[in-house]
Amino acid sequence: MVAIIDYGVGNLFSLRSSFAAIGVEAVVTSDAEMLRKADRLILPGVGAFGDAAAKLRATGLDKVLIDEAKKGKAVMGICLGMQLLFEKSLEYGEHEGLGLIKGEVRAISEVIPRELPIPQIGWNALRFKENKHPIFKYINEGDCVYFVHSYYGANCDESVIADTEYGAHLTAAVASGRVCGCQFHPEKSGKVGLAILKAFCEL
Amino acid sequence: MITKRIIPCLDVRDGRVVKGVNFRGLADVNSPVALAKYYSECGADELVFYDITASSEGRALFTDILRDVASTIFIPLTVGGGINTLEDFDRVLKCGADKVSVNSGAIKNPSLIDEAAKRYGDQCVVISADVKRVDGVFRVYAKGGRENTGKEAISWIKECVERGAGEVVLNSIDTDGVKAGFDLEMLSAVCAAVNVPVVASGGAGSAEDFVELFKTIPSVSAGLAASIFHFGEVTIPSLKRELADNGISVRL
Repeated sequence: MVAIIDYGVGNLFSLRSSFAAIGVEAVVTSDAEMLRKADRLILPGVGAFGDAAAKLRATGLDKVLIDEAKKGKAVMGICLGMQLLFEKSLEYGEHEGLGLIKGEVRAISEVIPRELPIPQIGWNALRFKENKHPIFKYINEGDCVYFVHSYYGANCDESVIADTEYGAHLTAAVASGRVCGCQFHPEKSGKVGLAILKAFCEL
Repeated sequence: MITKRIIPCLDVRDGRVVKGVNFRGLADVNSPVALAKYYSECGADELVFYDITASSEGRALFTDILRDVASTIFIPLTVGGGINTLEDFDRVLKCGADKVSVNSGAIKNPSLIDEAAKRYGDQCVVISADVKRVDGVFRVYAKGGRENTGKEAISWIKECVERGAGEVVLNSIDTDGVKAGFDLEMLSAVCAAVNVPVVASGGAGSAEDFVELFKTIPSVSAGLAASIFHFGEVTIPSLKRELADNGISVRL
C-alpha cells in the first residue's frame, strides 16, 4: 500500500487517481500510524517552500517521514515535495528542509538566461545519469515529463539521477538509497509518468 | 529543451462538450471524457476546459465531469469560465484541475489574482485576456469578448503578472475565428512585456500557422485552438510532425 501524505498542501486527486490507474492501492492520509504501516510514502506539494515546511512540521508527520525513510522505506517526493527532501531552501528567505537529500533549493533565475519564462511550465526531456535509476526502468532517455517550477535542487550532484535542459541543466530527479524525488509531476506526465510511478512501486 | 505545447480547448455546457466533434470512431462526440482521452492519446500536451454553463446545476455537472476526466487521463488540465472567487478556484482544483484561468472575474476584482496566487501558488493562476484593437490600441474585453473594459491590454496583463499570475493566455479577438493565423503583432507585444509563459490563442487555421507562430516568436510557449482540432482540419499528430520537421521542439 502507498500512503500519500496529506498535510494540507496541493491537489491530491490526480495523484490518487494515477495509482488507481496502475492498479496500486493508495490512500491519502495524515495519520502517522498509516504512514508507518504503508510500504511506500509519497510526499506531494505545490506552492511555497516555507509554508509547506511549516505545515508538514505542524502535523508532526515530518518526524514520521524521516524515521521511516531512515528505516529504509521507499519515499518519493514530488515537485515541492522533492524540494522538501533537501537540507534547506532559499525561496523567500532561508527555510530548513527534511535533510534526507544533500543540497539546497535555489531559484532557477540564478542559472537560466533572462529571456526564458519563469516558471518553467511544460514538457521537457529527461537526461539520465550514467547508471539508469530503477524508477526509470520502463522509460527511455529523452522521454518528456511535465514540469512546473521556479526553484530547483542545487549542489546535489551526488544524488541527481536525471536532469533537464532549460537554459541550464536543472535537477529533474534525485535519489539517495530508497528516498527519491521528482521535480516534475509524474501524475501529469501521461504514460511516461505512470511508468515512473509503477517502477517506484517495485523499488 | 522545453517543448512547445499544443493545447485543444473544449467548451462545456451542462456537462457536455458543445459544438460536437467530427471524428470517426468516437462513439460519443460530446462526451468530455471520451474527447479528453482521444486528445490525450493523440499527443495533446494539455487540455483546457471552458465552462460556459450559466446555472448552478450545470456547474455541478461540470465538476462531476472534471473529476471523471482527471481520473482517466494524466496530462495537465486547465479550467476556465465563471471563476470569480477563491471558492471557485477551490471547487475546480479539488476535482483535479491543475491550473485555473481567470478573465472577467479578475477584471471585476483584480485582487482575486493575488489571493489565489498566495493560496495556490503562481503556477496555478492563469490570466486569460480577450484583446481587440480599438483605434490602434490593444483593449481588454470582458464577458466573452462582448464588453470593452477600456483597459489597455499590455499594462493590464503586466499588472496581472505582478499580482501573481503564472501564465498568460492571449486571445486576439481580431484574429479569432478568421483562421488566417495567430495575431503575431499582439503576441510579440505581450511576450516582450512579461516573463511568464504566454499561450497564443485565436486565429489558427492550419499547421503552417503554428509553424509561423513558433518561428516568428520563439518565446511563445504554447498554441491553443478549438475548432480546427475538433473538426479534424488539423490533427495533433500531423501538426506535431510538421513542427518537428521545421525544427521546432515538440513532444512526440
